[in-house]
Amino acid sequence: MLSLREVSKTYPGGQLAVDRLSLELAAGETVVLLGASGCGKTTTLKMINRLVEATSGEILVDGRATKGMDPVLLRRGIGYVFQGIGLFPHWTVADNVASTPRLLGWEEGRIRARVDELLERVGLPPENYRERRPDELSGGQQQRVGVARALAAEAKVLLMDEPFGALDPVTRDGLQRELIRVREQLGLTILLVTHDVTEALLLADRIAVMDHGRIEQIASPTELFASPANEHVERLLDMPRRQSERIQNILRGTDPPGGRDDS
Amino acid sequence: MNSAQLENQLAYFPGYFANHVLLTVGALVLGIALSLPLAAVAIRRPGLAGPLLGVASVVQTIPGLALLALMVPLLGRIGVVPALVALVLYSMLPILRNTVTGALEVDANVIEAARGVGMTDDQILLRIRFPLSAPVIVAGIRTAAVWTVGMATLSTPVGATSLGNFIFSGLQTQNTVAVLLGCLGAAILAIALDGLIRMAELAAARRDARLAWTSLALFIAAVVLATTPIAGNLLGGSQRPRVNVGAKTFTEQYILAELIADRLETAGFEATIRDGLGSTVVFQALAHEEIDVYVDYSGTIWANQLKRKETASAQRVLAEIKTWLLAEHQILSLGALGFENAYAFAMRRDRAEALGIETLLDLALHASSLSVGGDYEFFSRPEWIAVRDAYGMKFAEQRSFDSTLMYTAVSEGHVDVISAFSTDGRIAAFDLVVLDDPRESLPPYDGVLLLSRSAAARPDLVNALRPLIGSLDDRAMREANRRVDLDHRPVDEVAHELSRGLAIPRR
Repeated sequence: MLSLREVSKTYPGGQLAVDRLSLELAAGETVVLLGASGCGKTTTLKMINRLVEATSGEILVDGRATKGMDPVLLRRGIGYVFQGIGLFPHWTVADNVASTPRLLGWEEGRIRARVDELLERVGLPPENYRERRPDELSGGQQQRVGVARALAAEAKVLLMDEPFGALDPVTRDGLQRELIRVREQLGLTILLVTHDVTEALLLADRIAVMDHGRIEQIASPTELFASPANEHVERLLDMPRRQSERIQNILRGTDPPGGRDDS
Repeated sequence: MNSAQLENQLAYFPGYFANHVLLTVGALVLGIALSLPLAAVAIRRPGLAGPLLGVASVVQTIPGLALLALMVPLLGRIGVVPALVALVLYSMLPILRNTVTGALEVDANVIEAARGVGMTDDQILLRIRFPLSAPVIVAGIRTAAVWTVGMATLSTPVGATSLGNFIFSGLQTQNTVAVLLGCLGAAILAIALDGLIRMAELAAARRDARLAWTSLALFIAAVVLATTPIAGNLLGGSQRPRVNVGAKTFTEQYILAELIADRLETAGFEATIRDGLGSTVVFQALAHEEIDVYVDYSGTIWANQLKRKETASAQRVLAEIKTWLLAEHQILSLGALGFENAYAFAMRRDRAEALGIETLLDLALHASSLSVGGDYEFFSRPEWIAVRDAYGMKFAEQRSFDSTLMYTAVSEGHVDVISAFSTDGRIAAFDLVVLDDPRESLPPYDGVLLLSRSAAARPDLVNALRPLIGSLDDRAMREANRRVDLDHRPVDEVAHELSRGLAIPRR
């Protein structure tokens, strides 16, 4: 569904952000790009819909090379959820969700039906939310609208850049569960960027651990735990396990809160 | 001030106000129509934004009056066109600056999202950047509106009628009522425009279609209502043959224009006065047939147009300028009106007597300890050079004044001697003495009636004006000037009295 072949990005300053990265996503698969900030994961995501132009290499979406395509048309065919959400503040929720369908020239009746369907799906009853403005919504509600907007034009590929990063844990948990549900219902192929290991484990079919513009290892969560490729990957994955053990100890009363090891 | 004066001035208000509204609104609409696309280009190529705003800022630093005056030689014509061009240029900076900065300061996350959902650059501009920076853009338009209303008052000297006609003629004739009316009209217009734009802004912010239509309807209604007094002119209304009478920016010229108009109206013409024109503007206007007739002075044409530096006898000057004007510009010099408004040097009587100064020769002896005042153009005029060189005049200090303030300045002792005009009513009123010119260094300044080529070709027009030739002596002119400048009588009344006193046979 989505392939990146030897893709590199060098920024004008000469900084190499992504270094000959290759990645294949099967239809319906969710891959998480996991890594610290500055590892090149967001740049990788943006090269797919050409918000950032690749310096070299080839990217194919649904078997078609993106290089020869009109970037504007390419973007209308790919859903994108932004780290900064980026709702259009002067438009209603319904207008925001309808952004891409309108650009594609859908007729209004179809747009209205689609907007209502999606708002329902992301848990915002349309009769209450359709006419609201983004500034009347909580952060979690705004990001739900962001997800609905990305899905509106019936894109099969969804790119998500730290979609839940700015949300409180309860809201994040709820949205993550809903994403899984929506993904199953719509058969979406998702490439998601995060620095949150727990989020990666909860959402991914496969996790690609990135560092310095390269993928260090790509595998299912189980495989990553079983055979980490190097010490960096091992320590990264060890952290949620140790946290979870400590939480269980705290609950059993065998370990005081605010414990020692934090590495 | 008295109520008759107010009533007299109020009669001009609808016409001046209407022209002012048309100028301002026209300039503003054109300014917006030009600025927004330019801003759009600058936003797409931020490299262009700097130079573009730079150029607009430079235009802004040119003083308004100078920018307007510059348009006359640049466009080769006077009237509404140069005024409109200057006002449009002037209105563009605040709109451009606010649009460019406002649009570029829209949240980067929102812009990235707009690209991400698949908007083209044009769509991002029109659907995201412009709407989100609308309050900033509208603020720029409001600034431009207020500036344009103010600057439009300065379009009088380039021949575009506006509320500035009140202000310029009022300052010249010391008619406070006229000045106040001009200022008040401009203030009302500025407040009304600003209010309407704010209403439109509010409608946009609230997405209130009814308020938007209301403000648009109010705007159109206001413009239509304000411009009805001149709608007839715009549509070509009157059946009578039209004549445009020009006048420069001082009292005598206002009176002469009214006098000519009075004669023409009596002879069955429809006369329109274009007063407050700059000294060179008015000549060009006649040469380009944008006005039909005005009074100039033989010495002015001699020095400014023929570029002659030497002086000559009044008769020779009149004869030579007549030949030259006809040959070079097909302008007909119908003849001298009879009075002479020459440059002269005037002092307070007590001061002149104390120093024993009677002539320019005496003045030259004391010049090194005296200060001299002149109107804005005097010290760059050949007359001044001629006097300076003929008498070896070297003053301690040289100051420029508005010609109305010059007389007050000398009578209050701010300067010792001024370049007065020989027909000025204030010479007698302020008890000034005019110094003799024994070396005859100052050229003659006979008032001459000049007609454009097309006017000269209309025998009925020429016949209507011919009786004025030789009918107006120095005393009559000085008396008329005095009545306006010192008695603060309305110009048209004084001109009417003058016309009746000329004993010209009427039809």
